Amino acid sequence: MSAPLDLPKWADTVLVPAISVVAAFLVAGLVVLGIGENPLSATRYLIQGSLGTGEGLGFTLFYMTDFIFVGLAVAVAYHAGLFNIGGEGQATLAGLGIALVLNNLTFLPGFLLIPLGILGAAAFGAAWAAIPGYLQAKRGSHIVITTIMFNWLASVLIVYLLVNVLREPQSMNPETRAFPEAANIPFMHDVFAAFGIEIPASQLNLTLVLALAASYFVWLLIYRSRLGYAIRVVGSNPTAAVYAGISPARIIIIAMVISGALAGGLAVNELMGYQHRLLLEFTSGYGFVGIAVALMGRAHPVGIILASLLFGILYQGGAELAFEQPAITRDMVVVIGGIIILFAGALDGLFRRAVAHLFTRQKLARA
Amino acid sequence: MELSNLVAIFDSALRLSIPLLAACLAGLWSERSGVVDIGLEGKMLVAAFAAAAAAYAFGSAWLGLVAGIGASVVFGLIHGFASISQRGNQIVSGVAINMLAAGLTAIVGNAWYNQGGRTPPLEGAQRFEDVIFGHSVLVYVVLLAVPLTWFVLGRTRFGLRLRAVGENPAAVDTAGISVTGLRYTAVVIGGVLCGIGGTYLSVGQSAGFLNNMTAGKGFIALAALIFAKWRAWPALGACILFGLLDAIAIRLQGISLPGVGEVPVQAIQALPYLMTVILLAGVIGKAIPPRAAGVPYVKER
Repeated sequence: MSAPLDLPKWADTVLVPAISVVAAFLVAGLVVLGIGENPLSATRYLIQGSLGTGEGLGFTLFYMTDFIFVGLAVAVAYHAGLFNIGGEGQATLAGLGIALVLNNLTFLPGFLLIPLGILGAAAFGAAWAAIPGYLQAKRGSHIVITTIMFNWLASVLIVYLLVNVLREPQSMNPETRAFPEAANIPFMHDVFAAFGIEIPASQLNLTLVLALAASYFVWLLIYRSRLGYAIRVVGSNPTAAVYAGISPARIIIIAMVISGALAGGLAVNELMGYQHRLLLEFTSGYGFVGIAVALMGRAHPVGIILASLLFGILYQGGAELAFEQPAITRDMVVVIGGIIILFAGALDGLFRRAVAHLFTRQKLARA
Repeated sequence: MELSNLVAIFDSALRLSIPLLAACLAGLWSERSGVVDIGLEGKMLVAAFAAAAAAYAFGSAWLGLVAGIGASVVFGLIHGFASISQRGNQIVSGVAINMLAAGLTAIVGNAWYNQGGRTPPLEGAQRFEDVIFGHSVLVYVVLLAVPLTWFVLGRTRFGLRLRAVGENPAAVDTAGISVTGLRYTAVVIGGVLCGIGGTYLSVGQSAGFLNNMTAGKGFIALAALIFAKWRAWPALGACILFGLLDAIAIRLQGISLPGVGEVPVQAIQALPYLMTVILLAGVIGKAIPPRAAGVPYVKER
């Protein structure tokens, strides 16, 4: 049982996650069968709706942008040995930061407003993650529990602020007034149109570029920087870190700050890129999807981009599918996310052991 | 405030605290054995759905209870398999349980009843009527679980072993007692309790299942568990306190208090979460979880 699981690197990073995803889809297929629907036609609608049309592809990439940010957020904390399940709350607070910056600095031109809005998102997201980080590092309170509590605190706070403080007096809806137009991050179809290229209109905006840049930044940080090395050491062995002269408390707080700032990217994409105002529940549970994304992507930026694309396909395709086969609502995506978290995260050893077993047998046969 | 008002508030506080208490005790059993459970919310949710669906199909609240407990135990066993047998990450597994429950209840509910995820309204024998002092049987079952938990965990050999497994599993193993067996037993007991809590939500308190009807109660229960420092009687106190806060929040909606003005409902709603964070930070007292909680047991180390 306890024999070391020696797997070739490609098997560990590609094969095992791939098997978990396939297994997750098989189980999801069973659920579809169970409610009396055809899983094959469902898959066809899903893929057609997300990749088959230019518009669908645009929406897929829009969702992918969301998931890259929350996936990276979970991954950075994960490298430090922390479970940040507070992505929802951090993104919510980031939305508040955006609204405060943009609606108070309306006089500024767009080239200043947009970076300031993004900074506001990062700062508020980081602050909301820094408190649980500090409490874990200095007071030993369990980060999982505090981030859960901070999710609920964030949702209560935002309801209070939107209903009582930030709402426009005449408006019935709990939402702020629209951000100044100059602060809107340009839609991708408008950007392309400026160069004379016509692509179908969708919610996809330039935040995608920011998400890819953030992925590159996280790769540099984790695998190519001193700080990233310290983060990984603390994550794998805090005692060794102390002997190496690294302060785990400091690293934990820093990792949480970076993680929270990254979660803020979700708010940038949703609010500055698409909704152009602060409203309730714009995070729609994506913070939890980030956990699935990070686990599936093995907490590596490349893996996270691929996993985000998969979830982007699921969310966009799921919307189209719900239209074609109404019995399969978009909740199916939540189910698939849950199964992927279970298989790629908690039951990871199951497939790993099976694969390792196969490899050992092969080796023995060759010898 | 008049006496009848106070009585009404305490009455609704009791009602609101029952699902919290059931989930809190479930968490207590599980975590005392060393299995961290943040999937309380999900287990209550599947139980609420299964109970309402079965009560509607068979016309019996009791069969609803059986189905609710069954569904919750199955989810508990998934969590158990992942965290005990496979030694997976217990937090990850709990998150998965919550997502699975939220997705599955919504999708199956919608496919079966076509009412946006809710079950048809339950009536008559399909519900637990308020029989004793205006409360249903389930209320008393959950209340009874408190002394029972206290007695079994604190005063019996089985309970002692179960607590030992949460503190020092290697010692229990050396004594020739199965760590796996004890932990699975605890997880199943937790499943039963969450099942009763979920059933109370959809078949006792309300007349049918609503989409995502647990609405964070599983997490408040988790907060209560920490607040009670993983002990049965304090768990009762914490849950009634949080239930009372909830009842007061509902009562105070739109009412202006003399001297204070209108208290925002959200301020009261935030209290359980805030109090838990403060307690965990060790500012007032210290909440120390069972030592082996969250750590999978590896036999040959």
